[in-house]
Formats: sequence, C-alpha cells, structure tokens
Amino acid sequence: MTVLNSKIPAGPLAEKWSNHKAAIKVVSPANKRKLDIIVVGTGLAGGSAAASMAEMGYNVKAFCYQDSGRRAHSIAAQGGINAAKNYQNDNDSVHRLFYDTIKGGDYRAREANVHRLAEVSGDIIDQCVAQGVPFAREYGGTLSNRSFGGVLVSRTFYARGQTGQQLLLGCYASMNRMIGQGKIEMHERNELLDIVIIEGKARGIITRNLVTGEIERHSAHAVVIATGGYGNVFFLSTNAMGCNGGAAWQAYKNGACFANPCYVQIHPTCIPIHGEQQSKLTLMSESLRNDGRVWTPKKKEDAIKLQKGQITANDIAEEDRDFYLERRYPSYGNLVPRDVASRAAKERCDEGFGVNETGKAVYLDFKYSIERLGKDVIEARYGNLFQMYEKITASNPYELPMQIYPAIHYTMGGIWVDYNLMTNVPGLFAIGEANFSDHGANRLGASALMQGLADGYFVLPYTIGDYLADEIQVPRIDVNHQEFIKKEKAVTDRMTRLYNIKGTKSVDSFHKRLGHIMWEYVGMARNEDGLKLAIKEIQTLREDFYKDLRVPGDYDAMNIELEKAGRVEDFIDLGELMARDALDRKESCGGHYREESTTEDGEAKRDDQNFTYVSAWEYQGEGKAPVLNKEELVFENVKLTQRSYK
Amino acid sequence: MADKILKELTIKVWRQKNAKAQGKFETYKINDISTGTSFLEMLDILNEELINGGTEPIAFDHDCREGICGMCSLFIDGRAHGPDDDITTCQLHMRKFEDGATITIEPWRAGAFPVIKDLIVDRTAFEKILQAGGYISVNTGGVPDGNAIPISQDDAEEAMDAAACIGCGACVATCKNSSAMLFVSAKVSHLAKLPQGRIEAARRAKSMVAKMDEMGFGNCTNTGACEVECPKGISIANIARLNREFLVAKIKD
Repeated sequence: MTVLNSKIPAGPLAEKWSNHKAAIKVVSPANKRKLDIIVVGTGLAGGSAAASMAEMGYNVKAFCYQDSGRRAHSIAAQGGINAAKNYQNDNDSVHRLFYDTIKGGDYRAREANVHRLAEVSGDIIDQCVAQGVPFAREYGGTLSNRSFGGVLVSRTFYARGQTGQQLLLGCYASMNRMIGQGKIEMHERNELLDIVIIEGKARGIITRNLVTGEIERHSAHAVVIATGGYGNVFFLSTNAMGCNGGAAWQAYKNGACFANPCYVQIHPTCIPIHGEQQSKLTLMSESLRNDGRVWTPKKKEDAIKLQKGQITANDIAEEDRDFYLERRYPSYGNLVPRDVASRAAKERCDEGFGVNETGKAVYLDFKYSIERLGKDVIEARYGNLFQMYEKITASNPYELPMQIYPAIHYTMGGIWVDYNLMTNVPGLFAIGEANFSDHGANRLGASALMQGLADGYFVLPYTIGDYLADEIQVPRIDVNHQEFIKKEKAVTDRMTRLYNIKGTKSVDSFHKRLGHIMWEYVGMARNEDGLKLAIKEIQTLREDFYKDLRVPGDYDAMNIELEKAGRVEDFIDLGELMARDALDRKESCGGHYREESTTEDGEAKRDDQNFTYVSAWEYQGEGKAPVLNKEELVFENVKLTQRSYK
Repeated sequence: MADKILKELTIKVWRQKNAKAQGKFETYKINDISTGTSFLEMLDILNEELINGGTEPIAFDHDCREGICGMCSLFIDGRAHGPDDDITTCQLHMRKFEDGATITIEPWRAGAFPVIKDLIVDRTAFEKILQAGGYISVNTGGVPDGNAIPISQDDAEEAMDAAACIGCGACVATCKNSSAMLFVSAKVSHLAKLPQGRIEAARRAKSMVAKMDEMGFGNCTNTGACEVECPKGISIANIARLNREFLVAKIKD
C-alpha cells in the first residue's frame, strides 16, 4: 500500500493557492538553465506547460506522436472555454465557477484543486488574448460569451466553433517561438513506451521513433505526462484515432497510482453510428444546446414510422413532440450537464422512441431558434458545425433536425496527482486530461480547455519549481545509466514479442472486440454481473491477443500496425482496470451509473457515506490484482446534496 | 438520406517503402462499400483486407477525423482532399463516388514535402516557417486584461478567417509551383489584423518569407488554385496582405 499525501495546503479555501505559492521553493534563473524537463504530449496542457517552462529558462524536450505539435486532439474542442470574468454582469464569480464545477462533478473532486482552477481561469483568457487568439467580440470590441450545460451564467469564451483549435494554435505559437530560440527540443512522430526511474525518481523516457522504428533514450530532471485521456479504450469515441492511454499506463506500471479509471464522460450530442465498419464518432458541440431543442416523438407509432423511414421529423405535429429534457428538468432544460442529458437520451431510445433506422438517435432541433432569431444568426453561430454535419450525414440541419446520440468523449479519471500535480513517483508529473484531479465524476462543458491551460500556464510552472529546487546539484542525467539500458531492452523485448506473434488477426479486430465489451458492460449503465463478465471477457481477449495478433511490415521501420499493437495492448489492461474500479464503486455518481444505485425517478444516486473517496489503483506486477488505495475527499466549504437540475 | 452500396471499386494507390525507395502505383479491388462510409473508413476496410491477406497495409496520415487537425493529406483523383469542396479527406464520403469507379490516390507532391512512406509526407518545412516568426512574442503571465484593448468585431472576424488554417498543405500540393504563400499569408494576416500582433508585423513578415524561400517552396504566380482547394476556404486576399506587409517591411529596411 502506498500512503497518498495530497499535500493540500491548510487555511481558508480562497487563500490556499496564494499561501501555497508563497511557501513553495523557487529555482533561480542561473539554475533553471541547468535543468531539463521532458513534456510528453503537445495539447493544451503539454503545449502551454512546455512553452511556459521554456520561457522561464528550463530546457524542455517535448514529444508528440503526430507530425506536428499543432495536431494534438485539443484542436478538435469546439464550443469554448470557461472563465469567471463576470464580463456579462450576471453575478458570476470565482466561487460560483468553483461551486458549479464541484457540483457538476457530483462531489467527487478535490475542493482545493477546483478552487485554484477557478481562480486562475481569468488569467487564461488574458493570456490567450495577448497571444492573438481571435475570440468572438461584441460590436463595441469587448469579448463575447455564451452559456454551457450545468450552469446559469454566461461565462464561456469562444472562437466560432473552433475554440480548441485557436487556443491550441496560441500555445503552439508560443512553443514555436521557444523552439526557434533553442529552448525547446521538439520530437515529432515519437511515442513514449516506458519511463526510466533512477533511485526512486523519474529521470527519463524510452520512446520509439515512428519514422525510423528506432528505440530512443531521453533523460531529464523531471518528466511531465500530458497525453490526454483514454476514451479510445472503447474503440469508437470522439477522440482522435491516435489518442491512447500508453503514457499514462506506463506511468502506472512504474508505480504511479491510477485514479478513478471508471469515470468516463459520455457526450450527449454526437452523430449517431451508421454501421459496423465505422472507425470514429463525430462530436457536435455542446454549444448547440444553447439554441437547439432536444426531442423524440410522444407516440411510439410515430417513432416506428421514423425508424422505417416512412416519415420525417417535419411530419410530426407540434403537440406530438416530447421535449423530454425541458419536461424532466424545467430549470436547466436543454442545458443539463452531459451525463444527465446522455442518460435521458438513452432512456428514450431504450423505451423505443429513437428516431433513426437503428433506433439509437434523438433530435436536436433548430427550427425554433431559426424562427426566433433568423437563419443568419444561427448560421453565424454554428455555420461550420452545420456544414460538418451535412457533409457527414447528407442531411441539411437548417431544414431537418439533427440526429444525435451519446458517445464516449472524455475521461475524468487519470493518473493520481497531489496538489502540485506530481504523481506519487517523485519527479513524475501529470497535467490536463491525463490526470484525475479537477472534474470529479463528470466534467462540465468548456472546462477541459480551462483545466489544460490552467495546469500548463499557471500551476505546473510554479509547482514543478518546488521539486526541482532540490535537484539543482544533480548533473545532466546520463542516458547510458544502467536503468536506461535496462528499460530500453524491456521495450525492445515488448515490441518484438508483439511483432513475432505472427498470428492471423489485425490489431483493429482486437480493438473492436474490446470496444464492444467496454460499451456493453462498462458504458452508460453498469451493474455487478456485467462488470464481472467484462473482466472475464477482457482476460480471454488478452489471451487471444497474445496468441493470434498479426503485425505485418518491417520491425525496424515505420510500422503503423506495430504502433497500434502497443496501444491496444495497454488498452486491454486499462479496460480491465476500469471494470474493476466500476465494480468497486457501488454508488452512482456523475458519468458512473450503477443500475443498483438509482433514485425513484431514475437519477444517479450517490452514497456519500461509503464512497466519498478517490480510488487510486496501484500496480502489483503482471498478472497480479492491483491494490486499491483510497484518498478520502474532505468537503469543508460545500454541503453535499443530491444533485438536482430540475 | 438512405445509403447505397457501391458493389465494386478499383483503388489505384501510390506505394513507396521509404523515402529512398522507388515508388509505384498498386491496384486493389474493394467491394460492398456503403455510400455513408467515409473515404478513410474505406481505406481502413481495404487495409483490414490487406492485413488478412498478409500484405502490409497502406500507410496514410490521419488523426482527428473531424476535419480540424490537418493531418490527413491525400491527393484523390487529381484533387487535394478529393472531389468535394471545403473539406478535408477525412470528411470526404463515398457518396461522392459512382459504383465501378477507379479511384487514384497519391501523396502530396512537392519538393519541400518529401514522401516518408506510401501516402505519408514530411511537412516539417511548415514547422520551420512558423518557428521563424509565426507568433506574438509574449511570455506567460503579466499581460493586460482581456478586455483592456477593444478589437472591432470585423477585425476579430477577419483574423479568425485567416486563423482557421489547419496547416494541412493542400495549398502547396495543389499549386503548380508548390508555393506556400497561402499558408504563410494566413498566419501573417491573422496576427497582423490584431493590435497585439501589429507590433511585430514587419519582422514577422520578413522572417517567415525568408524561411519559406529557404525551405524550397516555389513562388506565387497568382493562379488561385490554392484557394480553390483549401479545406477551410482561406482567401488569396491574404496573399495580397502578406505582399503588402512584406513590401512595407522591406521599404523600411
């Protein structure tokens, strides 16, 4: 068992971060020049951290598997970024953003971390504006805002439907400036396959150069994991095809605890699945719920006709439409949080009211907003999203309502970190979606961008100094140290093992099988029998994988199947841990819905008596059951209540 | 719209083992593809068949599959990102093809983008140009409030139009001169339209253009082909703005 120390500072909530900053150690400019930091991943968290730390004077080595840092999947975030600026004079505040986030996360996040996030949120907007992010503006030249799910104020800043792209290009530009100045050494098409620990401290990584196939050693005084989430364990998700849990999984296998793996966000507004051979799901931004109304038919016979393609949405009379979110949640209506909206859609479809040929779709209708505001206004707000929808589905959302269905989108769980964003392995840090700390059991819309940039711009650059201040005497780490040699051999053994199975089935075939198991038993609704079955089926899948995998092509050259094989090997293990965690957590909370724990009207029912803790799983070696460590969550400032959006 | 099934397609695709090897076209048949399938899913299906038959799958770049990361890069039937407008390859769907069609797939062809393998090219030259000046020189922290400098809605919108570039390289691949002017001008325009970016506008234009020339991209001869194939509809008006910025900067020298 590892004793986890969250290092949450003492004192009143609103003063914790300032007091902590005053108390932690600082590294002098002369010493920063002697220290190396590895940052793995170049999304909003990794990109902003790499740029900020390089500006401060550290030597940064950044890594990404794509051909450019700009392609990290943060780029695909559409709707916006939250900040407690109160520019709209709607009584927003740091405390309100803090409270909304804690409540939205169903009271399973740390108070201190979330408050810090809310505190620095305003600085993020200032920083992005200074970098040239072209946020939407009012006629008077001030910044514009919109609303998002789970809140009653307008605090979301946006750049059309491409906010993630613009924020990422902002920090990528800052990175480029530092690369140009020689302060960041950039390694594209390069993937982490192991972490090197020397005398208990993270000192480097082993990577595979994806162009040449060579295994490389890279050393540093600290290692930062910023590789995003593991949603692709489900095969079909809104994540990019290359998104993977490999780096986080290697952190786990090297001793870092993995926290709340079962907390997965299922996004309510995605384009429905069209067939068996689909590789990827596409998200339609949550911002659409500002102006779109969600409905299914009231009458089952209408639903059946829709499923058979005999009628269209426009044939259904006004009084025969069931705006079920407005009906069930009058105060939040179409803007309930994602977990609530997703479950409500599933409930309607499970009852037989789905509107497409598979019966797994509901409508998101803009007719009413177009009548109220005019087509021009809707086009200005969502034009690119409507175009994207039409290209994929060949249906015009200005004339027929969009069809949407929930899909895997984000993982709240991740590597366990303390208040300094350091894992329980000294010198190993985790930021952004890769860590677990800020969103509890459900993330609110437009908060992922906020957290990634908060960690990278304004938290890690301070807290990493507290660790590195004790490392200033340590000379540059030698990559010929025996631990590097040992780990490089382990990676080579692992990859050659996968390559030499020479079976008959592709990596994707195993990945799809895993995805089916995960969606069926560890998806939107979970129960004890299903989870136990999932663990058994995953174990069988693993045996088949090692017996029958086929990786064609050359070993020591670019080999995309070999890359995927490594990722899927990790996903299989990660999937099993997710099922174990879901089995342990007998309550429902946020995105984790246990059928055994529901209220009378079908809402998720928490069990604060027994489950107000973070599950932090600790690796025990191959084939051995992991150990569960618990970090108790202490709430001193908010009262735990059953979440209600009615 | 109801999907149909394309019974048989012939895929002619560029195969090249590595940067040094000689490449050539290979021909494959593929059957029973739904028109609702995306083009890259069709390649996934073909690759699955190749793997099952013991052949190495076709290597191609792709990632987000939502038309925003800029990683996918195919030249399909003579058009960058294939036969549809304002999209990336990952947004192209099979309903754009007729049953029985022969589809030709090539990598981007440009001296500055050498082939790495099959359909994958090396676009590092774009990175080098951005590293030369595609930024505003501001460190983290110590910046003014977001509303301290008002920006007119028109300027913000124009900056956004240019900032929408995804760095895919379709403009270079389409241009008969392999010019990177649309790419460079989009970044220069985005930042030049904002008060924060004006301060370094001259320096930026000069250093990015110098790097562009150094990386081996061709000159712009105003054919406008880049604008036609740009998946994000970046306008060649940006090239005019880049020329103006560059000229003004040079006159001041």
